[in-house]
Amino acid sequence: MRNLLIFITKYNAFFLFLIFEVSALVIYIKYNSFQKATFISSTSRVTGALYTQVNGLKSYLSLAEVNDSLARENARLRTQLKTSFYKDSSVRHQVKDTFYKQQYTFIEAKVYNNSTNRSNNYLTIDRGSRQGIAKGMGVICGAGLVGKVIYVGDHLSVVQSLLHKDSRFSAMLAKGKELGYIEWSEDLDPHKGILKDVSNNAQPKLGEQVVTSDYSLFPAGIPIGKISNLHTRAGGYTLNMEVSLAVDFSKLQYVEVVVNKLASEQAGLEAQEKKNE
Amino acid sequence: MSRIILINILRFTALLFLQVFLLKNVTLYNISTPYLYILFILLLPFETPNWLLFALAFTIGLTIDAFYDTPGLHAASCVVLAFVRILFISITVQKEGFDHEPEPTLSMMGVRWFFTYALVLTLVHHFFLFNLEVFRFSEIPYTLGRFVLSSIFTVFLMLLTGFLFFRRKERK
Repeated sequence: MRNLLIFITKYNAFFLFLIFEVSALVIYIKYNSFQKATFISSTSRVTGALYTQVNGLKSYLSLAEVNDSLARENARLRTQLKTSFYKDSSVRHQVKDTFYKQQYTFIEAKVYNNSTNRSNNYLTIDRGSRQGIAKGMGVICGAGLVGKVIYVGDHLSVVQSLLHKDSRFSAMLAKGKELGYIEWSEDLDPHKGILKDVSNNAQPKLGEQVVTSDYSLFPAGIPIGKISNLHTRAGGYTLNMEVSLAVDFSKLQYVEVVVNKLASEQAGLEAQEKKNE
Repeated sequence: MSRIILINILRFTALLFLQVFLLKNVTLYNISTPYLYILFILLLPFETPNWLLFALAFTIGLTIDAFYDTPGLHAASCVVLAFVRILFISITVQKEGFDHEPEPTLSMMGVRWFFTYALVLTLVHHFFLFNLEVFRFSEIPYTLGRFVLSSIFTVFLMLLTGFLFFRRKERK
């Protein structure tokens, strides 16, 4: 027993190393699935508050750019206003629209924390379950697709951005409507994505728009990017192509969360179907 | 003694803020990311008992993790770093030759020793960090590239910091 104690005190550095290393690895592996790490993530109160402060400062630095993008968006929206169309028939008649009901609503949110240079990237936004955010909702911004909500707190949520190894969204070519799915490019370039599994009879052209499809979390037609390279790794019966992303993830300031009114109904029905199989 | 504690608390806070709010956003060509905060562990006094060294390494790692959203990753790497530090110092430094509570700074130990010290410890820390973060063998070339370039960046910043706080009177 005494010899054992002497042995341990002699090599105490090694035993301390073992103790601390094992506990660190246990933490790492246990909380590796990001959603569980509630107490130590950026949604926790202290780090969240600090990020809020720094973000207030940072947003001043990019006011000009934000202004520009808002002005552009204003112009775009104004062109869609009723007043900017002229009536070409003099007959006025009212239609009470019972055919179209609102399916998507949008919640705007500010980005508090953001990363683009790691192999799995997340955003923290300043809206949570109190404002009606739920897990699995899509997130877009003025320029295009951003990601989806994976973890919701009371006032903040965490978004898994498209720049994440596990991100995969249904997408299609804007002109031909051929379906595929979009992923982040394998060389971790924050400006590139890969459109995969497009059927062979599609005829994509360089510079063609890639948009979200009807099967995604998003309304159809949200821009994702433009085709920048056609010959990336052909996959036999399907085509893969490189897409230069429309959103500059490093400059994200404001995003919108997409609320799909039919999502829970759809999920419920599809779960039922799975149960029956 | 209390002066040393105060200096280290200041150093901890300064490096933490620098890492989290400035260096987190700095990336060269999307491949080279500096992790300067480990300088805190490097500069702890020689006399620090082992248990305290490990506890501090674990703490700063976990604090950085809280900001990086990677619980345990930096903590694990920092503990490895602390262990290598103990080995390196026990091999290269005789503890008897100093008068009062010395620290392994650039001004005290000289450029050559400090450069080797920083390089070895940074390489070990970064190697562990990047491989643990990726956690798969399929991307070895890319990970190694990141590891080497980031290490160069970090060591460069460390030397820069060392020269910035260079005090000639401490030198023997």
